[in-house]
Amino acid sequence: MTATFELILCVMILGTACVALFVRDFLTAIAFFVVFGNLLGLAWLAMGAVNVALAEIAIGAGVTGVLLVLTRSRLLALGEEIACGPARPWLRLGAAAACSAFTTLLAAAVLSIAPGDDLAPVVDGLMPRIGLDNPVTGVLMAFRAYDTLLESFVLLGALVAVWSLAPPAAWPQPPVALRMADPAALNVAGSFGRLLLPVALVMAAYLVWVGSDRPGGAFQGGTVLAGGFLLAAMGGAIGLPRSDDPRLRWALVAGPLVFLAIGLAGAATGRFLAYPDGTAKALIVTIEYVLAFSIGVTLALLVAGPPARAGTGP
Amino acid sequence: MTVPAVLGHLFPLTGAVLVGLGLCGFITLRHPLRQLLAVNVIGAGIFLILGGLGRGEGVTDPYPQALVITGIVVSVALTALGTAMIARLSEDRRAAGSGPDQPKDQDP
Amino acid sequence: MSPLDLLVAAPLAFMVAALVAGQGGRWLILAAGPVMLALSAWLVVLPPGVAHLVGDWDLPLGILLRADGVARLLVPATSACFVAVALYAWHEFSPKAGAETARAHTFWPMLYLMWGGSNAGYLTTDLFNLYVTIEMVSLAAVAMAAMGSLAAGLQYFLIALVGSLAYLLGVALLASHYDTVDATLLAVRARPDLPTLMAITVMTAGLLVKTALFPLHGWLPPAHAAAPAPASALLSAVVIKLGFVILLRLWFEAFAEIIRPAAMDLLGGMGALAILYGSVQAIRQERLKLLVAYSTVAQLGYLFLAFPLIANAQNPAEPWAAVLVHAVSHMLAKAAMFLAAGLMLKAVAGDRISDLAGLARAMPLSVTAFALAAISLAGLPPSGGFTAKFLLLHAAIEQGRVVPAAVLVIGGLLGAVYLFRPLSVAFSGSAAPAVRAEAPLRVAAPLALASLAIALGFAGMTLIELSSVAAPPAVAGPVQAEPGR
Repeated sequence: MTATFELILCVMILGTACVALFVRDFLTAIAFFVVFGNLLGLAWLAMGAVNVALAEIAIGAGVTGVLLVLTRSRLLALGEEIACGPARPWLRLGAAAACSAFTTLLAAAVLSIAPGDDLAPVVDGLMPRIGLDNPVTGVLMAFRAYDTLLESFVLLGALVAVWSLAPPAAWPQPPVALRMADPAALNVAGSFGRLLLPVALVMAAYLVWVGSDRPGGAFQGGTVLAGGFLLAAMGGAIGLPRSDDPRLRWALVAGPLVFLAIGLAGAATGRFLAYPDGTAKALIVTIEYVLAFSIGVTLALLVAGPPARAGTGP
Repeated sequence: MTVPAVLGHLFPLTGAVLVGLGLCGFITLRHPLRQLLAVNVIGAGIFLILGGLGRGEGVTDPYPQALVITGIVVSVALTALGTAMIARLSEDRRAAGSGPDQPKDQDP
Repeated sequence: MSPLDLLVAAPLAFMVAALVAGQGGRWLILAAGPVMLALSAWLVVLPPGVAHLVGDWDLPLGILLRADGVARLLVPATSACFVAVALYAWHEFSPKAGAETARAHTFWPMLYLMWGGSNAGYLTTDLFNLYVTIEMVSLAAVAMAAMGSLAAGLQYFLIALVGSLAYLLGVALLASHYDTVDATLLAVRARPDLPTLMAITVMTAGLLVKTALFPLHGWLPPAHAAAPAPASALLSAVVIKLGFVILLRLWFEAFAEIIRPAAMDLLGGMGALAILYGSVQAIRQERLKLLVAYSTVAQLGYLFLAFPLIANAQNPAEPWAAVLVHAVSHMLAKAAMFLAAGLMLKAVAGDRISDLAGLARAMPLSVTAFALAAISLAGLPPSGGFTAKFLLLHAAIEQGRVVPAAVLVIGGLLGAVYLFRPLSVAFSGSAAPAVRAEAPLRVAAPLALASLAIALGFAGMTLIELSSVAAPPAVAGPVQAEPGR
């Protein structure tokens, strides 16, 4: 029964991926990509990886889908077509042959690796030392906190990189407004956004809080928060900030900064990114709250794009 | 290979095929936005291999799960930069008066 | 406290500070420069074998940081490059009216992100952690390349993205197969089976794309040539070295027992072709920055030409030192050359080599910096480039390998040809063009870097000894030959 369900799921994942990649109309492609992402989320649920499922659905399907849709509408407003493009037949054939051969080799390699959760006992053995129950949070925030620290800087750096693309004379204006043009839609979205922003705040806080013991965490919570910000901005409930606003700068750096500071405090008393005995849970939850807030702001602004001159946009 | 072996490897095998499909898309698709979508499919395939091969009797190994979450966040950061670059390039080409099909002169 | 952590934490702290400081971000280099140079010096004088686990979490879960010879050579050179480039960029990325202001706000945080990412990459042995550091560096590199040409930046971005994913695919296979992604553990656990060979192949391919080894170099010349001079300097000097360092870790440490001599020869052959192709293309260029960019394509070839020479050597410590000295001297000389070229082209308001006529009289210090960098790049004595190429040639002759030896000699000659050409134009003509005086810092930065590249030629033994600190078993051995004699 389970095997049948998983088999159907995998076929659907591959099918939606094919459509998302090769369908002519790009909007259809994006729609199928979002479905693909949600099916992947189901696959992660089927594997019992709820943490990843949340991240995949929120970030992999959600944020990426929104990014693609917004960029598409920006390009269309500029009169650019996003058709499949007539790739030369020999190129298609060659690519298909090469990729089939590569896939066969890769599949053979994958088949010769025995699946197994061999590190799970190691992680479980270490969990009591940090006082959390969610082993994934343990790996992310303690055993491999260094990866997560650097990753938070990757996210921050991505926003700085997007800002560096600001067109001439646009700095430091806010990004293109996400407000809906149609008044009726704006009205609906406005009430919706005003209602949803507090809900998103509560949900994000909840996700971070349960993240220490059950599935959830800073990245998932931050994404929910970003969704709340974006909906509120679309309904005109909040405006997008100027990129040189000092309050915004502090909001962006707060998470990575607190993470780095706690890491360095560990270095002063022993080891970089080590939590002193008995303080691990409190420190991790602190980092996760501030980090989730900064991630929420960063993701929302990443979706909004670089500063734009007033009066431009789709 | 036996049928149970394939079933046990169902998700990682799906991941392998996704990597191949995405790669094929990246090579044959001409528009950078579509290539970016293809890259995201490749990424999803890699994560499925990583997570699927960490699947034990009950649940999935938390170690690959954490790596996958890190990977998903990194890839969304890069996707955001990519879409911003694509949109800005299109604006610049329009401002320069050339059609989207004629690449602007790249020289400084 | 250990420099292994601080060399990464400090630039990231400066990145945060630069973001909060906004317009004033450029002032931070006055603090960051001394701090980072001091930390680099501390790293160099650490006792051999210093290594620790982040957060004290054991392998296979945790992440190991280590001060080996690679890090001890590349971290200080990287710091020198960043400090010089930052001082040079001081005026260029300062608050002005209009579009420049966005860059004044964003260039500095990205510079520190790239700095932290590079150091993190040199210091870690964890292959997944390396993936994150690659992306830290790539992100900043793409944005900097896009400052010159968005089209070239986008092309670089897409190619770098696929390169990173190929690397990540390999990491995924290894993590599932061996339950660790630590290079030191993989060195013990790895077996020559299909998943491992597949992983090595895709990781190598991905890193070669990012390192732009011929024939995967297509994206490099447009991106590196179009960017603003400080960005070009960082892209050509620092960014591409990270992929190379990871390849060293894979080929000579994690999988040293697995990789076949034929694969080494293949990589060496690609290196040889890169030297010849890059040099010929450099000779054919009419624009100065494209010439310098193709020179990078050629110089990268030497790094890979060395792979089979290391693998087959009786005493691998010697070519191992050579390849690291080459990486360091290329870093310094290429950054110097791009910065000097930036000054020269700005002075004549052109981009062609023919525009440089008479410039040696008008801006002698910048032309001198270019010439000193050229001496090291062409491998003329005394310079770091000479030490490296001498050691490589010595290894090739000792092993009776005719082809690499010939390529080394021909590459040196071709290098002299393409580097002599802009210099001969600069020294030609009777009239000196009128040029505006540049700020002393901007003139001093390339001169200091080029002088360092020359000075490395007098520090051969020190460099060789440093390179052998905590070297992986595959390249360890007594150091005998003394260069420069």
